[in-house]
Amino acid sequence: MATLEVKNLHVTVETDQGTKEILKGVDLTINSGEIHAVMGPNGSGKSTLAYSIAGHPKYTVTKGEILLDGEDVLEMSVDERAKAGLFLAMQYPVEIPGVSVSNFLRTAKTAITGEAPALRTWIKDVREAMAGLKIDSTFSERNVNEGFSGGEKKRHEILQLELLKPRFAILDETDSGLDVDALKIVSEGVNRAHKDNDLGVLMITHYTRILKYIKPDFVHVFVDGKIAEQGGAELADQLEAEGYDRYVKA
Amino acid sequence: MSDSQKTAQHGLAEHTHGSFVPLQIRSDRPRSKSVSDFDAVSPLQDLWRYLQPEQLKGLDADVLGEYEAEVGFTSSSQVSISWIESTDPRVGSIGVPEDKVAAAAYTNASKTLLVEIADSAEVSEPVVININGSGSTPSALHVLVVAKKFSKATLVFEHSGLGVLAEIIEVDVHDEAKLNLISVQNWDKGSSHVSAHFSKLARNSYLKHSVASLGGDLIRITPVTTFTGPGSEVEMNGVYFADAGQHIENRPFVDHAAPNCKSRVTYKGALQGNKAHTVWIGDVLIRVVAEGTDTYELNRNLLLTDGARADSVPNLEIETGEIEGAGHASASGRFDDEQLFYLQARGISADEARRLVVLGFLVDILQRTQVDELVDRLTKVLEEKLGSK
Repeated sequence: MATLEVKNLHVTVETDQGTKEILKGVDLTINSGEIHAVMGPNGSGKSTLAYSIAGHPKYTVTKGEILLDGEDVLEMSVDERAKAGLFLAMQYPVEIPGVSVSNFLRTAKTAITGEAPALRTWIKDVREAMAGLKIDSTFSERNVNEGFSGGEKKRHEILQLELLKPRFAILDETDSGLDVDALKIVSEGVNRAHKDNDLGVLMITHYTRILKYIKPDFVHVFVDGKIAEQGGAELADQLEAEGYDRYVKA
Repeated sequence: MSDSQKTAQHGLAEHTHGSFVPLQIRSDRPRSKSVSDFDAVSPLQDLWRYLQPEQLKGLDADVLGEYEAEVGFTSSSQVSISWIESTDPRVGSIGVPEDKVAAAAYTNASKTLLVEIADSAEVSEPVVININGSGSTPSALHVLVVAKKFSKATLVFEHSGLGVLAEIIEVDVHDEAKLNLISVQNWDKGSSHVSAHFSKLARNSYLKHSVASLGGDLIRITPVTTFTGPGSEVEMNGVYFADAGQHIENRPFVDHAAPNCKSRVTYKGALQGNKAHTVWIGDVLIRVVAEGTDTYELNRNLLLTDGARADSVPNLEIETGEIEGAGHASASGRFDDEQLFYLQARGISADEARRLVVLGFLVDILQRTQVDELVDRLTKVLEEKLGSK
């Protein structure tokens, strides 16, 4: 049983107009096995929360804490956070020319576990995970994200989630740009990782669509850099019916 | 890329300074075996515009020392290697110098290393010719490779140590011969190496020509491949890694002077550190007679740090429309923060991420040589360079 705690998190970013505060005191606690949905309108800071937890250098934490089982995550480099068990499924995964998917996956697995995986079981694990996500076997010889379609990129993110077996996964709009079939496949992958590894999930989404396939235990409404309301799965239904209008006051 | 326009304009302006007439096409470049026919090297000349004469460390002088004792090889019945007089009519039959340094090499090397691959010989093991540096005295070396009919062989030229070398490598590929030629430049710091390669491909022959340039202050290679018989194919590959202060220049040229020939030119380089500079000028000429030509040239550069500069200019001249295909691509990009973040977010350290990206980018070219020992050894050199940033 592990716990990821975000306490009074304030985050700024440098813009052309100077320093801008995006997160204005976020409090959130996720335990192993829990699924949290963070929903909110565009520009509310949802993705900033995701990238701040992962440690993207663009974001500066000015106040607050992120703790993983009491350990100070903010003191860790990006790769240390990943090794500690945090995983960010990115909204826009970048291309890495010259690095094949198979080489990348093996290198990442080795880095996370601290030793090279036994070749035979690893090849079998990769093959099974790819089959589960309906990814063609030729995929492993392609370069990371190079020429991937939107759906392939998202499936590749979930493939990594299943193989690297983190303790907590942050899914940054993993549902965006997917058709219903792809959304189902990706959701099944997340549900498998959740069930098999007692994964804690922080699912960032703009729409309620994905919540049909991945059932949240908690729903947080994110507005203007902090959580405006929280509740159970029923809150999502209410948002579906009413939209974000009542949170966004002019 | 805007650089190609700059080249053309500069080329025209340059000739008001020199004695040569303006060049309209690549094949019109003046040629001579005599060093005295060329003007002094100057960055005002298009051929030398990317470097300063001092970087040549004296290779542009009229008189150079000779290179002989420093060349190590083992001759065999299938691949005979020996020194011959440069007055031999075979010497100079494949290529005539197009610049002052190559002419200096031609004029000053009284002997030529002849490498003859016997008719129909199938040589499985790579034949290695070690060219060890002779110190900082500017010196000349002339090599002639003859791959006779139906032969099949791999030749590796290994340049190492401290050297200041002007070199010509002529390569005569006879009918139906297959030659895999690799030139490795892994010199010590303080070295300058200017090398002109001339290859002629007869009917239905195949040449894989690879250059790997890693160590040395200045490395400038001008590999020219000319098709003289139909149905031949050349694959020209290059890999280079320039550290702070290193200048690595490659100017491949494919002359399609026969029909139904195929050329593929692929050069990839990485740069790191202040004043790391690479230049790639890729010329392809498809002559009127060269119907059915299929050609593609590509150059990619990966800039790992600020302060490095990669110039890349592909040029294609087409004199006939009756071709299979002709294309080129050139791109120079950075290993950017988002790529680094992505890899780190998967637990991969920053150093390991750089290693992964650079090796993934460059080793592909090394592997095309199909010489495993070389791939392993040069991969280690690349890793050391990456570690030393």
